[in-house]
Formats: sequence, structure tokens, C-alpha cells
Amino acid sequence: MPKIIIDGIEFDAPEGWTILDAARFLGIDIPTLCHHDELSPWGGCRLCLVEIGEGKKTKLVSSCTYPVEDGLVVRTATERVIKARKMMLELLISQCPTSKVLQDMAAKMGIEKVRFKPKWEDCIYCGLCVRMCEEQMMAKAIGFVNRGDKIRITTPFDKTSEVCRKCGACMYICPAIVLRCEGAEPKDVLCGGCLNVLQPTCLEVYGEYACWMGLKGECGTCVREEES
Amino acid sequence: MRRITSIADLEALRRKLQEKYRAKKLRIIVCGGTGCRSNRSMEVVEAFKKEIKSLGLENKIDLKVSGCHGFCERGPIVVIHPEQIFYQRVKPEDVPEILERLTRGEVVDRLLYEDPNTGRKIKHVYEIPFYAKQKRIVLSKNGLIDPTSIEDYIATGGYKALAKALQMKPEEIIEEIKRSGLRGRGGAGFPTGKKWEITRMQKSDVKYIVCNCDEGDPGAYMDRSVLEGNPHSVIEGMIIGAYAIGANKGWIYVRYEYPLAVKHATLAVHQARELGLLGENILGSGFSFDIEIVKGAGAFVCGEETALLQSIEGKRPSPRQRPPYPAEKGLFGKPTCINNVKTWANVPYIIERGADWFSSIGTKTSKGTKVFSLVGKVKNSGLVEVPMGITIRELVYDIGGGAPDGKKVKAVQIGGPSGGCIPEELFDLPIDYESLTEVGSMMGSGGVIVMDENTCMVDTAKYFMKFLKDESCGKCVSCREGTQRMYEILSDITEGKASEEDLQLLEELANVVKDASLCGLGQTAPNPVLTTLRYFREEYLAHIREKRCPAGVCKALIKYTIDPEKCTGCDACRINCPVGAITGKPKEPHSIIQEKCIKCGICRDVCKFGAVIVS
Repeated sequence: MPKIIIDGIEFDAPEGWTILDAARFLGIDIPTLCHHDELSPWGGCRLCLVEIGEGKKTKLVSSCTYPVEDGLVVRTATERVIKARKMMLELLISQCPTSKVLQDMAAKMGIEKVRFKPKWEDCIYCGLCVRMCEEQMMAKAIGFVNRGDKIRITTPFDKTSEVCRKCGACMYICPAIVLRCEGAEPKDVLCGGCLNVLQPTCLEVYGEYACWMGLKGECGTCVREEES
Repeated sequence: MRRITSIADLEALRRKLQEKYRAKKLRIIVCGGTGCRSNRSMEVVEAFKKEIKSLGLENKIDLKVSGCHGFCERGPIVVIHPEQIFYQRVKPEDVPEILERLTRGEVVDRLLYEDPNTGRKIKHVYEIPFYAKQKRIVLSKNGLIDPTSIEDYIATGGYKALAKALQMKPEEIIEEIKRSGLRGRGGAGFPTGKKWEITRMQKSDVKYIVCNCDEGDPGAYMDRSVLEGNPHSVIEGMIIGAYAIGANKGWIYVRYEYPLAVKHATLAVHQARELGLLGENILGSGFSFDIEIVKGAGAFVCGEETALLQSIEGKRPSPRQRPPYPAEKGLFGKPTCINNVKTWANVPYIIERGADWFSSIGTKTSKGTKVFSLVGKVKNSGLVEVPMGITIRELVYDIGGGAPDGKKVKAVQIGGPSGGCIPEELFDLPIDYESLTEVGSMMGSGGVIVMDENTCMVDTAKYFMKFLKDESCGKCVSCREGTQRMYEILSDITEGKASEEDLQLLEELANVVKDASLCGLGQTAPNPVLTTLRYFREEYLAHIREKRCPAGVCKALIKYTIDPEKCTGCDACRINCPVGAITGKPKEPHSIIQEKCIKCGICRDVCKFGAVIVS
């Protein structure tokens, strides 16, 4: 079994696992959006980024697609990781500000400002519906069309699909379909952020979150109650 | 032609073909590369055919249509061997004169190349500065042989390396390639020998090799010219590689937009198969290998190896996570070695002349030569092959001749749309993989775009970002949304609508996109932004703070006016203005109505007195 070190914990990960599998097994929290346990890994949303390697030669990879390999050193929440994740979420939320899933994540990650112009789109092209339709419903009724800024998800030639059984699995799995509290026409890009009560602050001290060390708040640096 | 079954057969055939090749004393070679063809070189060929026939010189003159000679700027090109007389911009009407003079042993002076710096007429190919500093290995036969003829290739020593390789052990071949120091010519620079070794070591019943000819950079045509001009060198390299790796099937992935490359490659594969150089039991060695040609639909992302493999499999080309690398798990899940056209084309030369010869060229880390397509604001644009370690200055000034119209060169963009802009003060940098990465650019596949002082760097970054946002596959957020947002901010800057916070956001975003993207496209996409910010920040600030475009390019920030002192009232600008924004009586100073002006710049281009001012 490949021996890996993840946030300082030595771990014999079973062959074929991804970094995300190992992290979840150990109870380390990594945010995900385009990942689903029952669907093939995608690596598109870039929210599950982690930093691998040691010394100067470190890089960011998506933990949901990266297979464990012997000697792999992983850090799941360094300053570089958090900065990249926040930027990804900022990009996503400016694309589709009405999604409750995205708003909740933004609140949890402590995003207070979106600096990009909102696009008010309905889809974030995470590909969950496409994979769901193909892999679980065995229908392959929908797919990606075009590329770059013209990318879309639709049926072939935009015609009513003959293989679609209207099972609704695509809607079931869609992270953008559930609207945030204000509904479809909110005033601001970011909502109230009701989840945003506690923010760990140890990133400012250590350059990485260290919550796995013990109970949250035990060391005193990582949790600070928001002033009311 | 009869199928050949042994190395002795091949050598016998070669001797026969060489005799035939040498039979005619004079050889007229007309360039049939895409550049010259679009300048009507095929009409020149027809004219030569007709004229040679009417003069009854068929037995004395060998007329050939070759691949790209490189000096596309001067096309159509005609070279007369053995003397290597170089004629440029030849028209069908010039043909009778060329032949008439040729029979008398004279040259046509007016068709010779004139050195723009000295004004001297140059007669021979090797004396022209554009060619003098080059070292041609991959392109060495490009201007010599007819790419549609396997006979020409064999007569000039083709498939000699294959015969040699088949007598070696696969491990010896890999060792030779490793020792030569050859690195991937697609741009990333992974050691080729190592890649072959990894693929060879995989335990699998089937292994594949792939030739990547999905060249998508705007203004670059290196791969295209190699496959058009000398397809057999690529095939020979692939057979050798397949033998070393233990693969029995190969693919050439070429863009459908390259019709001539597709045609020549298809023909070459067919010829090689007919001759027994592809197929079962090649040259009696017991080794079998065949090549299939796949035509790509022209997505830039297909140049990325994992996307390319998906495309061959018939799926939507979106890159996937590496590892597993294609060498471990590639096409149809089997170990696949994927190399660029020029990497494969280098292989026969290394095997034939030895690793020591190859590694004697270049720098410590980067061996051999590199093919660049030198385009943009440069006098001699075209295809060049130079030894690694040559400085950018030599490339731009000695070979390229500097910027036309006495302008100053400001920067070069090396490595295609996602390469970086390198400013003039760094031109003494030797070109190799490491030094280019250090300054924020990259080797890339070899596009070099020269920019002069009239180029706005913000506008340049915006141009490349537009290309990248269109060509991003759309799979990962950082690349898809990141390139769109960078483009949005860059557009705002060029329109004078951006603030300094936007600039900060642009820089932050660029750095994150570089860090967080899935594949090479996204990871390198911010390079044009980051390098222009690094070397030309003051231009960005001028756009933002002073709402001014220093180079006079960004339409929203410039104003065209006419200097009444210089204006002679020649009326040229008024006649040519497409929107009628210029008024004035003949022989009196004209003026521009600002409300009507669309800032197209035509008035400045047509003014012979420099009276139109951009501010």
C-alpha cells in the first residue's frame, strides 16, 4: 500500500485511492463541488485543490483526481491552497450567484466580497448532470457542446432527446438548481452568509489550517468568535 | 515499386535511386510550401514545365516541387542546384528569362535577394544572412526533396537510420536517444529517451505511439512545414521509436486545417507501406508496425496530450489528470508514447550520426536545434532552425533583420499564445528551455512574434487572452472562467474603464489560474498577462491612471488629429476616410471631425507627410 503523508499524518492508503479518499477517511475536510462518490472523478471545479510535494517543488492538484502514490506529501489547507480555492469560488459565484450550494460554501469559506461582475448564469458547467446521465442512468442524453466561453450542456443538436427518459436525475444532482433564500432575483451577488459564524484564523499564524491537531479551538488561535 | 524485405535490398534500391537522382545535372527546385503556394508558386511550376518542354531540356533539367524553404516572406522561391542560386518572388512571367540565362550560365539579377542593410545582391542561398546563421537538421531536406516522392527521400539517405536501428537492440536505441539529450520539441521539454524508457518498461500486451501534429498557435507553422516538406523523416523516426518502445501501432494526429500536410503524410504512409517499410516484418527484422492518420477538428486544446488521446478515441477532447501519464495509461488505456512532429523528425538524424554529434550542438541542458516560426514586425519572416543557445538578439536581428520601416523592436513573444513577452533589454538571453522559463516565457512549440514600438502591450495581452478564452476546453473553472475574467479586465483597461484595484485583481487572478488549472493550457494561459505586467507595468498604469495608450493603439484612449503645419492638403486622407470624418479644401490643411472618427487609422497610413498625429 502506498505510504503517504497527509497534513503530517502518515497513512498507508489503499492502492487506487485518491487524495480525497484518504483525506475523508482521516476526517480531513476538503470542499468539493463537481465530485460525487458514485460518479467518475472530474477535476473541474478546482475547489478540492491541495498542495503536494515538499520544499520548493510543490504544486496544486485536484485531490479528487490525484491518485495516491508512494512517498506523496500532501497539505490540504495551506495559504496557497485557501487563496486558490477562494478565487475559484469567487469565479463560480460571480457566474451563478443564485445557487444556494455556492452561497453556503462562500459563507463557510469566508468570502466577503465578489470582485467580478455577476453574470447571473444558470449553469456552472460542473458536468455532474452529464456524468449522472451517462454513468448512473445509462442514457447519455446530454453532453457538453462547444468550448471556452461558448460551452453549453444540451442534448445532441438541441433536439428533444430520444434516449432521455425524463427521470430528472440531472436536476437531482445539479448544484445550481436550488436557489438561495432570496430566490431567483436577489439584490446582491453575495447573500447574508448565515453560516459564517466562526472563522478559523490559524492560517494567519501558521500559513496552514491545523485543526486536525485536536479539538477545534483548543490551541486558541484557530477559532475566534465573531463580534456581535 | 517492389516490396523490399531486407536491409541489403534497401541499399540496392538506394544505389539505383541515387544514380537516377544524380543523372540530371541541373535541378530547379520550386518551393511548394503553403506560404509559397498561396503566392501562386504552383503557377510558376506550370510555367517551368511548359518552358522546359518547349526548349527540349527534359533530359537535362530536373524540376522539383519541394516543401517549405523557410523564407516565406520572399516567396515564391526558386533555387537552382548544384550552384544554389536563390531567386525570390518569382512570377510565371520570369520563367523564360530564368531558363534562358541558366542555359548560358548566367543569373537574373533582378530576382536575386537584396540585403536590405547593405543593398548588395546575393546570389547563393548560403550567403543570405537569413540562412547563414541557421543550422538545419530537421529542415535540412525540406528544400531539397519532393515530399511526395519516397524515391527522393531514400536517394538522399532516407531510411538509413532505420536500417541501422533495426540492427541495434531496443535498449541501445533508447540509450542513444538518452545520451543525445533530445527533449520534447512540443515545448515542455521532457527528455525523450526517458519517456521512451518508461513506456518500454510498462507491462502491457499492446503499446502505442502517437505523433502530435496539432499545432494551433496563431502565426506558427513549424510542425505543418515538417510534415508537409519531409513526412518520411517523421515516419522513419516513428518506426525507430516504435521498435525501441515495443509498439506495433502508431497514430499521426494532424489538423484538418492543414490539407497539404494531411495529403503528404497520407501519401508517405501509403508509399512506406507499399515498399514494406511499414507493415509486417519490416526489412526482415521480424518487427511489425503500422501508422494511421487521424484528422483533428482544430481545437487548440487537442495539442495537450491527454486531450489529444481522448480525441483519437472519439471522445470530447478535455484534458484529464496526470498521473497516470500516457506512458503508463494512455490511448485506450494502454501505454502510449506521444511526441511532437519535430521530436520524431530528429530521431533518424541522431541514430544515423550518433548521440555525440547531436549533443555537441546546443547548451548544457538543451541539445540540438529548435525550429521557430519568426513572424510579426520583422523584416525576414519565415521558418528558421537555429542551434539551442542562440540569443534572441541574433534570432531577431541577424536572422530576422530587425523591424521594418526603421522602427525599434520592443519585445518578442516566444512560445505561442501562452508564451511570455520578453522585452528588448533581455534579448541577450540564450534560447533554451530553462532560461525562457526563468524570464516568465516558455519554449512552447516555437512561435516567435516580434513586436515593434507601435505595439501596445496591454492590447497584445488582450489579443492572446481572447484566443485562449475561446480555446479553453471549458472543463476546469480556473481556465474557463479565469481566462474570461482576465479578458474582461484587460478589455476594461484598454477602454480606460479600469481602476488600480482591477489591475491588482488581474494580477492575483493570473497567478491563481497559473497555479490551479488542470492542464498546460490553463497553467500557461496567464503568461502573456504576467510577463507584460512584469516588464511593461508602466503601460498598464498609463492606461489606468492617465487614460492614455502610449503606443497609440487602444481606440478608446486615442485621438487622431492633423498637424496643420505638415498637412499639404493633398486630400488623400479625405478620399480614403471610410466615414467621411475629414474635411478640408484641396491644398489647405485638413481637419478631423472627432465625433465621426472611428479611429481606424487609415488616414495615418495614407498620409505621406506624417501629418496625422495620434495622441
